[in-house]
Amino acid sequence: MFVNQFLFLAAVLFCIGVYGVIARKNAVLMLMSIELILNSVNINFLTFAMRNGSTDGHTFALYIIAVAAAEVGVGLGLVLLVYRNKKTISVDDLSEMRG
Amino acid sequence: MIAQNVGFWIIAVLMVVSALRVVTTNNVVHAALWLVVVLAGAAGQYILLAAEFVAITQVLVYIGAVMVLFLFGTMLTRARIGAESDLNNSYKKLGIPVGLVMLVAMGLALTRSFGDEKLPEASKVVSTLEVSDQIFGPYLLPFWALSFVLLAAVVGAIVLARKD
Repeated sequence: MFVNQFLFLAAVLFCIGVYGVIARKNAVLMLMSIELILNSVNINFLTFAMRNGSTDGHTFALYIIAVAAAEVGVGLGLVLLVYRNKKTISVDDLSEMRG
Repeated sequence: MIAQNVGFWIIAVLMVVSALRVVTTNNVVHAALWLVVVLAGAAGQYILLAAEFVAITQVLVYIGAVMVLFLFGTMLTRARIGAESDLNNSYKKLGIPVGLVMLVAMGLALTRSFGDEKLPEASKVVSTLEVSDQIFGPYLLPFWALSFVLLAAVVGAIVLARKD
């Protein structure tokens, strides 16, 4: 197995996630795209851990999983709050901070 | 090695197709279910990379907990269970060149840096013991910080989502 085949898979997933964040208007779908990005980073960490024969990458992959879980929890709490106040979760309609 | 390569390519194609469906489908629930396929595929890749504990954590945390959160989020915001037309931005075409440029840049950098380098053939599976020695040894301080982050996230989510 080449190092690059894993890194290319991670790069493709990362770019698909970036496209999702740009293209989506629905806040829940944006959070899902962010999950795609975080997973591609994890694949990178584990690939380099195997390449260098160390376990540091595993530790950081676990930390990323934990931070992603916290992020989804707070993110969906925010989405619920926005929905309750505005009756929509389309991020285009949240324009109060525009001058 | 050949079996591992075949497994890699099957899972990789499955992951990319499902990821594309996540960002293009018109149905929020379908997007969540395609995301499950991507996350399960990622767990498979972790096993190919000899990371069994991370793979198990991925299944437990992502497929178990995070997906339930997403499905609750779609239900509580009363997304229609069905196709919706209003999920994308008006400028969504802008995302395609951005993604492609990033992919080409990363692809060039990766080919130039790693070329034909191979992963070590006979690498042993990293045991949970080694990972825990790392976490509770040199990386103890980030672990503490992470515990506080999780605690703050739990409290914050409750405070945000509570009806006053």
